[in-house]
Amino acid sequence: MPVFIAKRLLVALPTLLIISIFVFSLQKLLPGDPVLAMAGEERDPAVLELLREKYHLNDPIPVQYVRWLGGVVQGDLGMSLRTNQPVLELIKEKLPVTIQLAIMSMIFAFAIGVPMGILAAVKKNTVLDYVASLLALSGLSVPNFWLGIMLILLVSVQLGWLPASGYESIFVDPVRSLQTMIMPAFVLGNALAATLMRHTRSAMLGVLSADYIRTARAKGLSPREVVLSHSFRNALLPVITLTALLFGELLAGAVLTEQIFTIPGFGKLIVDAVFNRDYAVVQGVVMCTALGFILMNLIADVLYVLLNPRLRANL
Amino acid sequence: MNGFLRLTTALAFGVLTALPAAAADLKIGLQDDADVLDPAQSRSFVGRIVYTAMCDKLVDVSPDLKIVPQLATGWKWSDDGLKLVMTLRDGVKFHDETTMDAAAVVATIERNLTLPESRRKSELSSVAKVEATGPLEVTFTLKQPDATLLAQLSDRAGMIVSPKAAKELGANFGSKPVCAGPFKFVERVQQDRIVLEKFKDYWNKDAIFIDKVTYLPIPDSTVRLANLRSGDLDMIERLAATDAQSVKGDGKLKYEAVVNIGYMSLYANVGNGARANNPFGKDKRLRQAFSLAIDREALMQIVYEGTAVAGNQPFPPNSPWYDKNIPVPARDVAKAKALVKQAGFDRVPVEMQVPNNPVAQQMMQIVQSMVAEAGFDVQLKSTEFATLLNEQTAGNYQLSRSDWSGRVDPDGNIHQFVTCNAGLNDTKYCNPEVDKLLNAARASTDETVRKQKYDAAAAILNDDLPMIYLGHQSWIWAMKKSVSGFVPNPDGMIRLTGMKKEG
Repeated sequence: MPVFIAKRLLVALPTLLIISIFVFSLQKLLPGDPVLAMAGEERDPAVLELLREKYHLNDPIPVQYVRWLGGVVQGDLGMSLRTNQPVLELIKEKLPVTIQLAIMSMIFAFAIGVPMGILAAVKKNTVLDYVASLLALSGLSVPNFWLGIMLILLVSVQLGWLPASGYESIFVDPVRSLQTMIMPAFVLGNALAATLMRHTRSAMLGVLSADYIRTARAKGLSPREVVLSHSFRNALLPVITLTALLFGELLAGAVLTEQIFTIPGFGKLIVDAVFNRDYAVVQGVVMCTALGFILMNLIADVLYVLLNPRLRANL
Repeated sequence: MNGFLRLTTALAFGVLTALPAAAADLKIGLQDDADVLDPAQSRSFVGRIVYTAMCDKLVDVSPDLKIVPQLATGWKWSDDGLKLVMTLRDGVKFHDETTMDAAAVVATIERNLTLPESRRKSELSSVAKVEATGPLEVTFTLKQPDATLLAQLSDRAGMIVSPKAAKELGANFGSKPVCAGPFKFVERVQQDRIVLEKFKDYWNKDAIFIDKVTYLPIPDSTVRLANLRSGDLDMIERLAATDAQSVKGDGKLKYEAVVNIGYMSLYANVGNGARANNPFGKDKRLRQAFSLAIDREALMQIVYEGTAVAGNQPFPPNSPWYDKNIPVPARDVAKAKALVKQAGFDRVPVEMQVPNNPVAQQMMQIVQSMVAEAGFDVQLKSTEFATLLNEQTAGNYQLSRSDWSGRVDPDGNIHQFVTCNAGLNDTKYCNPEVDKLLNAARASTDETVRKQKYDAAAAILNDDLPMIYLGHQSWIWAMKKSVSGFVPNPDGMIRLTGMKKEG
């Protein structure tokens, strides 16, 4: 297993390199001068020139790229043009926020999606199945920003149960932290739950019609045992692949959700950075996200092997 | 009632009234996150709102836009306008308990002029030197007369910072700013909050009734208002005009608004590169026709629900600098059509770039249909803001929608936009006559003289129309009923002096 993991990590390196070149060049293709965006209404030509010099924006793009890469190898992701803070520091500050949001959303997604999927498969073509499918469809169709604002208006403004937006670290005030995160996590998890439900249902349907399930039933096992121990474990494999892929969707969704609920996380960081042409921050955040995505896929692969003994022979 | 009882009652009453009231925490929702919290380096509007609580300036601006004392108690210009002597307030302390005196003012102004990262250099470009001519007296010597200097000193260029802290932190001053304002810096979490607490040795501490203030950046105006309604915030700035009616009708909230000192305008490319070579850029009759075809009053009513006022000059109609001889033109399609015909056209194609936000787009779609009646086929090019700015500077546009947040001194709303080669002159309009008038207005400290010059320039600009002014938005604030003492100021700042929060 360690060899397997090491191999996968090694393969990840060229992937990351290609992504970095891609992001770097794409950013430079964007119209808009970062220094002009920074200066806002105070456009003093001398200051603009000084800033261009300071951040090496006058150099040819390949030179800028090599300089950036040289920094990355030494653990220096550069400085934010806008706030004058090291990018690494910003990432360290924002990443835990988004991870908390992602974990809570996943918990919501699993808690809603998986049981609903199992139920819909077991009770195929009954009212329960239709209701679950309808809920899933609406979960997929309702846009995040709309659901978010509706929830704020209902839960915070009308009922006054939860704070409308903001963030508190879970280490400083756990109760307040959970209070501020419940709504965004629900909004983000809701769409994922729908996807999870659909896939769990179809995977379960496939497994439930397999021969060994009939055998298990014939042996006289209780329906509960048949569903949970025999079917679900096998149906779980495609669900895990999906979860790794959903991680990307989760980060994309976090951009909007964090904006609506004003959560100072990764999503908000990248939106602000793009609008201000804060190249170093965009680059750092995208690389970090790509790394996270690769790691998620690796974890999925490892889980696969742990759940499915047949795959172990290939290691 | 016997004497003893009377005495104890009086004592108890005395003790009760002497007890401090429950700590008043004020939470304010801002539209954006502030940038670096160093007055020398900062450039964002919301940053200035935070400074208003944290950093006192040499002079302040009253709601009627007059320069009033703050850290300086008095000032005097020399007759030739080349020297400005300021007397400083005695007994003022910085948040680090060091003393604010003439040496500190000199150090701050020199820092603004020399720090490589300083964004205040152009604002103070007329200053040749600044000296401490007494323990509490500073003298500014100017390279040329500059009437705008006082207004510059009423903003970030005039915020006096602790020389000790500035020396220690250098360009990193923003990580722990130390000023002489009513509130001192506590903490900042990027994109989340900025927390300040009352400074107990503030020179005007008796007028401060708030103990702690927290600024929270919430970009979405609907969410900002929802936070106010749910009680998570006490006050918000820049309420959306579309929410004005609903806030006015809410028994728990208060509504405050004032027409701001900025403007909304259209830049016509009259001389910026090759794209200026088109009929619209070269023939002023077409620009006049375009301007006449717009119903500005209707525009303000529809897009801003009546919270904005129509305008046709860089100053709003209620400003003392507005030229009343050139009133906001009423829509006149017949005259506009005639001008188009005179210029030799039937239909005129125009490409207009518009920031990609819903309000600006709605407004320009209305303009598009208004001017169509006069013969203009406007094609709207929706552009993201940083790109729009870039295209505008580079001259890659024909007509561009661009706004200005406004400056207290009239010079700041006009000089840098229309004088030849000025920093923000993206239309590249150049008229020596206008330059002469605006330079003269800048050099004089006599308001009557300045007004004459601005009026004369306004008349020329209203004919040439390199910029077509549309109107002036309002700053709109909403707050809980328990918040009192807020005075709206056309500069859009939130001054906490005198403000109270009950309960």
